[in-house]
Amino acid sequence: MKPIDPQLVQEKLTELAGTSLYIHLETTNGAYASHKNQSFFSAGAFIRNAQLNFLQGKITGKGPYRIGLETELGWLYAEGLTEWETDEMDRVLLAGHDADGKLAIALELSEKPFPK
Amino acid sequence: MENHVLVIFPHPDDEAFGVAGTILSHTRAGTPVTYVCLTLGEMGRNMGRPLIANRETLPEIRKRELTEACRLLGVEDLRRFGMRDKTVEFADQEALQSRLFDVIEEVNPSLIITFYPGYAVHPDHDATGAAVIQAVKRLPEGERPKIHAIAFAQGCEDIIGEPDIVHDVSDFADQKMKVIEAHASQTSGVIDTMKKQFLEEDETVRDRMITERFWTFPL
Repeated sequence: MKPIDPQLVQEKLTELAGTSLYIHLETTNGAYASHKNQSFFSAGAFIRNAQLNFLQGKITGKGPYRIGLETELGWLYAEGLTEWETDEMDRVLLAGHDADGKLAIALELSEKPFPK
Repeated sequence: MENHVLVIFPHPDDEAFGVAGTILSHTRAGTPVTYVCLTLGEMGRNMGRPLIANRETLPEIRKRELTEACRLLGVEDLRRFGMRDKTVEFADQEALQSRLFDVIEEVNPSLIITFYPGYAVHPDHDATGAAVIQAVKRLPEGERPKIHAIAFAQGCEDIIGEPDIVHDVSDFADQKMKVIEAHASQTSGVIDTMKKQFLEEDETVRDRMITERFWTFPL
């Protein structure tokens, strides 16, 4: 992955608007967060292969970046994004890594389902 | 000496830190070891330092790391169960127990090494240990293998007591370090510090490398 170039990501989002997509969206602070620090409230979520067709999407912020995708009935929101790539299967992979290089958030868009 | 050891963990690298020395002591003695690894650690947070993986490439990378770790451990029978990281507790438990039971019947181990359910911190660890115990309980009493379980939840010794099995694995410490290193996507951020602390005889790291602790699970 490489550092996000917001202009390139915006071009990609504009291109994908109106397309039927499969989404992987995830936030995580790690399964050991509360083990290492008992006062830490651990929360996280992931959804894999949710189907989504968005009307318009934007990337904002100065880095880490935020993305909002507006759908007919609602929204998708992600913050803390730092790296991205378009892989060989033409999937758009975005992620946010903390100072230790650990993944904190992932947002991925693909026209084909991700492997389960 | 054991006839056959069956190791059951949910993630590649679960076998590295607290068990690799014990596994090596068995394989070096010529005891066959079967390793059932339920997932590929697909949801790991570590992506290597520098970043070498993303969420989609991580499974394939960890699959290769697991294969290499098994080679270093002398484990010739690796079975990947194809489940997804973080989902073990939500999967069909009856089906998982049956798959584990089938392996137990097939390899007929004298010893099973897994996590201690309820005291193994990660929900996948607890669910794995629980499923293993249910699978073993399907065998008639008297035909059940011993279970050496790993617990590391804070304060677990207050409840389940001290570990009754304590292995000195200092003879295998170098090879164990290589096993940890083989899981590069997960350990590259810490391995250099660990090696340095080990050589400088840092007590915590040294103890972690040369002493492995288990609780005999009361069946």
